[in-house]
Amino acid sequence: MRDSSQPLAGLRQRIARLAASGGPATQSAQSWLATGHDAFDAAIGGGLAIGRTHEFFAADALDGASAAAFAALVALRTPGKAPLLWLRTVDAGRRTGHIYAPGIAELGGDPDRLLLVETVDSKMLLACANDAVRCAGSAAVIVESWGKFPLLDLTAGRRLALGARDTGTTLLMLRLNAVPTPSVAETRWHVVAAPSRELEANAPGAPAFDLELLRWRGGPAGTRWRLDWDKDEQAFRDAALSGAVLPLAARRTVHPLGAAAA
Amino acid sequence: MPLADARAQVPGLAIVPHDPVLDHGWLDRLAQGCARYTPLVALDAPDGLILDITGCTHLFEGEAGLIDDIDRRLTRLGMTLRHALGPTADAARALARYQTRPAPDEASAIRRLPVAALELEAEATTALVRAGLKTIGDLAARPMANIAARFGADAAMALRRLLGDAPSPLDPRVAPLPVATERRFAQPVASMPHATRILAELVSEAIIALAERGKGGRDFRATFFRSDGLARSIAVETGHPTRDAGLVMRLFAERMDGLRDPLDPGFGFDMMRLAVPRLEALATSQLKLEGGAVKDAATDELADRLATRLGRGRVRKLRPADTHIPEQAQLELPAIDAPPPTPWPAPEPGEPPLRPFYLFDPPQVIEVIAEVPDGPPHRFRWRRATHAIRRYEGPERIAAEWWRRRDNGGLTRDYYRVEDERGRRYWLFRHGLYDEKPDPRWYIHGLFA
Repeated sequence: MRDSSQPLAGLRQRIARLAASGGPATQSAQSWLATGHDAFDAAIGGGLAIGRTHEFFAADALDGASAAAFAALVALRTPGKAPLLWLRTVDAGRRTGHIYAPGIAELGGDPDRLLLVETVDSKMLLACANDAVRCAGSAAVIVESWGKFPLLDLTAGRRLALGARDTGTTLLMLRLNAVPTPSVAETRWHVVAAPSRELEANAPGAPAFDLELLRWRGGPAGTRWRLDWDKDEQAFRDAALSGAVLPLAARRTVHPLGAAAA
Repeated sequence: MPLADARAQVPGLAIVPHDPVLDHGWLDRLAQGCARYTPLVALDAPDGLILDITGCTHLFEGEAGLIDDIDRRLTRLGMTLRHALGPTADAARALARYQTRPAPDEASAIRRLPVAALELEAEATTALVRAGLKTIGDLAARPMANIAARFGADAAMALRRLLGDAPSPLDPRVAPLPVATERRFAQPVASMPHATRILAELVSEAIIALAERGKGGRDFRATFFRSDGLARSIAVETGHPTRDAGLVMRLFAERMDGLRDPLDPGFGFDMMRLAVPRLEALATSQLKLEGGAVKDAATDELADRLATRLGRGRVRKLRPADTHIPEQAQLELPAIDAPPPTPWPAPEPGEPPLRPFYLFDPPQVIEVIAEVPDGPPHRFRWRRATHAIRRYEGPERIAAEWWRRRDNGGLTRDYYRVEDERGRRYWLFRHGLYDEKPDPRWYIHGLFA
């Protein structure tokens, strides 16, 4: 009896120590991936916190391109040559298309920093994501998944978040074609493509994003933003609203989609 | 003859600058190829090869067969060949280079060679000729002491070597031995943990051998020989040369965990061998002192580990390719041996992105309604949804690469950048102009951010 209780007591002590050191919520972040848009960054405490998990939800493949570009641009904005790890499954190329380096170069990012990892299934995707977040030195880790991700339950999410916190890796989860579910993410966003500012001769302009903050551990959620990417300044800025679009209040009531998940 | 005179005589003369380094490299490659005839191949720079074919000719049905084979292969490579066989390397070399008249046997052929075949300095050769000694035979008829006294010890030595009286050793080209360590067991090793420990020892021995040569390994290959005769090899690769035993063992552990049919010792392994077939120069460095490369090392190791687990082609880097066909403009190469980055085309300042973020390869067919046949699209249907186009820019006309294919390389594409009423941006193209094809189809090729 005594033999088995001693390891048990040891385990309890370990759990107590782990709990004392705190989950992802108790330690505040030290640095942020800024978007370059002052009001946006200030509203979420400085930007996307480094060493935390951030989720980007998109309804389908079309908005998926916007969500992916937003995550990639925030990560590639950081100076230096630190690689950006992008994990996806092999069938992602058929669904949403292959990551196209000339397009990233056109957005002002450096495609040489990309390290693409393709896995056969989502189980392997999760295993590789766990390894990737535990490796220091990357600008960020983007994990792109399609549809429901039943393997990514609270336990798996917490394991990822703890790994990211220990090494200071920022984990950006791209959840395409998925409905927001409870998770340990620091921020959770809903990304939709927004109409761009038109150029001469009715040509489409710079990329525009509609972002809705569904959840933020550090404060109130529900804010909506419409941002443009300015590739010459390497920063996001306010989208110039064209006449057809209604201006959005900075803080609106919580979107039903967000309310369900928060 | 000066180049100007040569050009005056032959107007269309093709001129290539002399590159001794390239020539030597080519000779070395030929020597490598000649290793099929004999293991002893020596370079005779700048334009000769000496093969020691002692005991090798029966494989080619005699000397003639061997020479025929060499002749055929080298002629196919566009080389002009002069060859000769001799009792010693120097004799064969002199015969190949200086023989002008046929002779009944080797000894008389050597005696008929001109004295230039001794390859003495120009003054010595002239002195020999002036003394009336025109051939090797003339010289060999004199007492050696007189030759040495009058024309120098070098002339006497060269003559003796040519006649086979003095040794003329070859300096064969030797392929560098690969790094390999092995361990044989008196008692077969039947437990996998024990075998792994021995593998770790082999790896550290190989690492010491690598450090002595100033090299790092890119490829590590462990072979397990079972006592019942089966052998199994396991290989791991790294993206950069390494001498880190811990890293190599982690990769091996990763590989062994991922094996579909695990390594089975059966009745035990009676031998294990670790080879490092691929070496690259790796200077000793202290990462921490030479400024923050430690983190790079961490991500490199992650890439190696993921490539070991998923397969080398599943961890990739993107590199530009010099073409304007959109789907060929990027190369996805395995990160383990991707070439160093080359610059991507810089975007025009002030312009919106002209290339999509996601690219469909192959492009997906869509149904398009355009106001006029060769005008911009008005609305399109893709994946069972209709999108009305509010803004567009185009066409950007991308012609097929007519210089690559005989049928002019296919159809011209007219690309349009369009935005629908919900703000999604697409890259569409019409495959073919109306004068190329009666009813060209439309495709979606990419999604913009």
